[in-house]
Amino acid sequence: MIRVLGFLVLLALPLASAFAISDPAEMLPDPKEEARAEAIGRQLRCLVCQNESIEDSGADLARDLRQVVRQHVAAGEKDQEIITWMVSRYGDFVRLRPPFEPLTWLLWASPALALGGGVLFVAFAARQKRPAPAPLSPAEQRKLKDLLKS
Amino acid sequence: MIPELGHFALALAVVIAAAQAILPLIGAHRRDAALMASAPALAFGQFLALALAFGALLWSSVVSDFSVYNIAENSQSVKPLLYKITGIWGDHEGSILLWCLILAICGALVGVFGRALPASVRARVIGVLGATSAGFVLFSLTVSNPFVRLWPPPLEGHGMNPLLEDPGLAFHPPILYAGYVGFAIPFAFALAALIEGRVDAAWGRWVRPWALAAWAFLTGGIALGSWWSYYVLGWGGYWFWDPVENASLLPWLAGTALVHSAIVVEKRDALKIWTVLLAIGTFSMSLCGTFLVRSGILNSVHAFANDPARGVFILVLLALVIGTALALFAWRAPSLLPTGIFAPLSREGALVLNNILLCSIAAVVFTGTTYPLFAQLLAGAQLSVGAPFFNATVLPLAIPLFAAMVVGPMLSWKRAALAPALMRLWWVALAALAIGLIASLRTDALPAFGFAASAWLIAGAFAEIVERARLFRVSLGASLARLAGIPLAAWGAAIAHAGMGITVAGIAGMAIADHRIVAIHPGETVELGGYRWTLEDLRDAPGPNYTARLADIRVTRNGQTIALMSPGRRSYPLQRTATTDTAIRTNLLRDLYAVLGEERDGKAVLRLHVNILAPWIWLGALVMAFGGGLSLVDRRLRIGAPVRRAAARAVSA
Amino acid sequence: MSGLPARGLSRRALLGIPLLAAAAAGGGFYLLLRRMEAGRYDPHAVDNPLVGHPIPEFAALPAQAPAETGFGSADLRAAGRPVLVNFFASWCVPCRIEHPSLMALAKSGVPIWGIAYKDRSADAAKLLDEDGNPYARLARDESGRVSIDWGLYGVPETFLIDRGGIVRGHWAGPLSEDTVRDEVSPLLRKYA
Repeated sequence: MIRVLGFLVLLALPLASAFAISDPAEMLPDPKEEARAEAIGRQLRCLVCQNESIEDSGADLARDLRQVVRQHVAAGEKDQEIITWMVSRYGDFVRLRPPFEPLTWLLWASPALALGGGVLFVAFAARQKRPAPAPLSPAEQRKLKDLLKS
Repeated sequence: MIPELGHFALALAVVIAAAQAILPLIGAHRRDAALMASAPALAFGQFLALALAFGALLWSSVVSDFSVYNIAENSQSVKPLLYKITGIWGDHEGSILLWCLILAICGALVGVFGRALPASVRARVIGVLGATSAGFVLFSLTVSNPFVRLWPPPLEGHGMNPLLEDPGLAFHPPILYAGYVGFAIPFAFALAALIEGRVDAAWGRWVRPWALAAWAFLTGGIALGSWWSYYVLGWGGYWFWDPVENASLLPWLAGTALVHSAIVVEKRDALKIWTVLLAIGTFSMSLCGTFLVRSGILNSVHAFANDPARGVFILVLLALVIGTALALFAWRAPSLLPTGIFAPLSREGALVLNNILLCSIAAVVFTGTTYPLFAQLLAGAQLSVGAPFFNATVLPLAIPLFAAMVVGPMLSWKRAALAPALMRLWWVALAALAIGLIASLRTDALPAFGFAASAWLIAGAFAEIVERARLFRVSLGASLARLAGIPLAAWGAAIAHAGMGITVAGIAGMAIADHRIVAIHPGETVELGGYRWTLEDLRDAPGPNYTARLADIRVTRNGQTIALMSPGRRSYPLQRTATTDTAIRTNLLRDLYAVLGEERDGKAVLRLHVNILAPWIWLGALVMAFGGGLSLVDRRLRIGAPVRRAAARAVSA
Repeated sequence: MSGLPARGLSRRALLGIPLLAAAAAGGGFYLLLRRMEAGRYDPHAVDNPLVGHPIPEFAALPAQAPAETGFGSADLRAAGRPVLVNFFASWCVPCRIEHPSLMALAKSGVPIWGIAYKDRSADAAKLLDEDGNPYARLARDESGRVSIDWGLYGVPETFLIDRGGIVRGHWAGPLSEDTVRDEVSPLLRKYA
C-alpha cells in the first residue's frame, strides 16, 4: 500500500507538467537523427508511468532517458547498442517489444499458433461425420412409390 | 435517509435477482407456465430496485451529501452539475452500480421484447441473466458499496480526478458498459440453448439483434474512449495498447466474430456449436476485462484503486459465471448435432475465415496483455509487451481480414466460384492500387498500404451495393427498383464495412501526421505542415474550480486566418493536480492540434501537430455503429413481419 | 466401426478445451492475487538487473552537506565491508516513511551511504539536520545520470554492496521494519 502511495507521490510531480512535452532544446538538430532517436524511444518503456513509451511520457525520468537516448544517437551508436545499454540497467522490462528468446517464443508464435489452431479446428469440424438422414418410414416409402407411379 | 433508501434498494435487488435466477429456471425445467411467466416481472422488479438505488446515489451526489463516503471521496460542492451526475460512474463503486443497473435493464428488455420467444427459452434467458445479476449486485452490496456513510461528514469533498471532468469521458462509461453488459444477453441465450439442448436457425435469429446492439454500443464506447485519450491526454496519439484498452478490444473482436457467425446459424443452420461458444466467450472477455482492470493485477495507466480483496471476489464471481457456462458447454455441446455442411469457397466459408482471423487477433491481444503476468508467475521474469509488439503481430492478421471483408459478400451462399467474384471487384482493386500508388509517392510504404486498404474497403462496400442492384447490367430503372429492395441488413453490413475503411484511413493518416515542438515568445511565428502558427498572447483565465494559463495561437495559411486556438494548462488547487487543455481545430480532413507546455524566460513550449484525416478514426467507428444499428432495425421488422403479414391476410380475406 | 467411439471421445475432449483453458487462466490469476496480497508480487515494481553484478563505474560525485567529500565507485569498492547505498530526496514523501528504519540500521552500526537524487543541496541538508542523519557518507546526483546507471526509477531505492563491490540486494520503495528484519539483515549477516 505504501509502495503504491510512493508512486503516486513520485508521479504527482511529473504530471504537473504537460504530457511528453520536452524542451525543444533537447531535440537533436539533425531531423534524421531526431527521428531515429524517437523511433528508439518508442520502443522503451517509461518505468514509472506504465505502458507508455518514454517518448509519450511527461515523467521526469522519461525526460532524462530521452536525453540519454539522444546523446547516444548523437554519438553515432547503433539502435541495438542503445537498447542493450538500457536493458543492462533496467532489464527486459524496459523493452516494449519483448526480445525473442525461449521465454517469449510462445508470445511471438501466438499469431501463427492461433491461426494454425483455427484452421486445424475447422478441418477437424469439417471431417466430422454428419448423421445420415434417417431411413424412410414404411408410410413414407409407400408415399414415394405412389409419387413415382403417377 | 436517501442513501439508506438506496442501500435498502440494493439489498432488495439482490433478493429479487436471486428469485429471478431460481424461479424461472425451475419453471422451465418443470414446464410450469406460472413460474416461467414470473420471469419478466422479476426482471422488471430487479430493474426498478436498482434504478431506485442508482437514483439515490444520484440524489446524494447532486445535493453533495458528503456524509456518503463515496461522494466525499470523489465529488466537491463547486463541481458543475453535469459532472456531479456523471461523476457517479467515475469511481469504482459507482461504476459497478451502473454495471448492475445495465445488466438489470438487459433482463427487463428481454422481458419486453422477448414476448415472441418460446416461454421456456425466455424464462431460461432471464433466469441466467438473473443469476449473473445476483452475483454482481452482491459484489456491489458487500465489498464495493457506494452507500457507506462517513461520520463526521467533511465540509468539502476531495473532488474527482480533473482528467475525468470532461464531456467525452462523462458519457464513455455508460456507452461502453452497455456494450460490455449487452453481451450478457447472447451469453444467456447460449446457456438457455445448452440447457434446452437445442440450437437452430431460430436461435441464430434471436441472438443476432442483441449481439448487434451490444456490438454497436461497444464500438461507440471504445471510439469515445480513444477520442478522449486523443484530445484530453494531449500526447498526440489515440491508442496506447494499454491493458485497459485491450480489455475493451477483446470483447469487441469476439463480438464482431459473433455477429458474423450468427448469420451463418440463421441462414445455413451451421456453425452452431461454435457460435454458442463465441457467445459465451464474448461475455467472458467482458468480465475478464473488468477483473483485469479492477483487481490491479496489471500494470495500467487507467486502473481503478487497487484492492486485492475485491480482486478475489470478482475472480470467484468470474469463476462461477464463466466456469458454469463452459462446464455446461463441455457437457451439453457434444449432444448438439453438427448439421449443415458447406464448401470452403462460399459466403459461409468466408464468414468462417473472418471468424478465424478475428479470433486469432483476439488470441494475440489476450496473450500479449496477460503474458507479462504469466511470465512473472511461471518464470519470475519481468517483461513488457507494448505497442511495438501489437502493431507487429496484429497487422499481418488484419490484412487477410480486410481482403475477406470485401470478397466475402461477393460470394454466394452454399457454393461459389472465386474467379467471377474477383472479376466483379476489378475496379475496387484498381482504386485501391491507384490510391496506394499515389500515397506511396508522398509517404512511407506502411501508411501508403493503409490508404490502399482503406480505399479497398470503402470501394468494396460500394461494390456490394452495386452488385445487389445489378447496376450497369440491367436498365437503370430496374437497378433503382432493386436498390430500393435491398434489405436494411445488407445496407447495414456495407455501411459498417465502409466504416472500417474510414477508420483505417484515419489510422494511416495519423501515421503520417506532422508534429513539432517549439519554444517561442509571444509574437513569434513558426511553420508546420504549410500553416503559420503565431503565438499572440499568454494569459491567465479563472475557471469554476481551477485556474488556467492559456496561449492564444493564430493559425494562418496564405495570409488567411484559418483558426484561433487557445491550448492551456489547468491547475486544480483542491486536488493539487494539473491537466493540459489541448486545443483542436478540425475540418474533417485534418486536425490542427496544439498543446501548451512549460514556460521559461518568457518563452512558451508548444507542441503542434497537423494530424491528417485524424477525425476519420472515430468517424469510421460511428459509421460502423450506425451500420450495426441499421441492420438492427431490419431485424426487428423481420421478426415482426410474419405476424403482420398474417394480419394483413386476415383483413383481405 | 471401432473408430466411432474414439471420435466421439475426441470431440468431447475438444469441446472441453475452453473449460480447461479458462480454469488454467483463472488459477494463474488467483495465484497472482494471493501473491499480491502477501506482498510478493507488485505489478509496478521493476527488478534491478544489477543484483549479482559489480556496481556501475562512476567518478566521485560531489559532496552533499553535511558531508565534506562525496564518493565514487572506487570508494565503495574500497569500503572493506558491506555497505547499503540509499538514494533519497528531500521532496520524496516515502523517503520520510523509511527514515526511522535507516536511523535504526545506522545505530546498529550498518554503514549507509546516501545519494541525494535530483535535490537541491540546501533542501537535503536541512532535512538531514532536522530529522537526523543516518548516512556515513553523502553524495549528490543532481542531474540523475549516475542514478540511471544504477537502474534507478524512483526514490527511495536501496542497494546492498558486498566487500567485493558486487550488488547483493535491491529494494525499491521505503524499507519497512519488516523488510529490514526479513531481508536486509540476513543479507548483511551473510556478506559480513
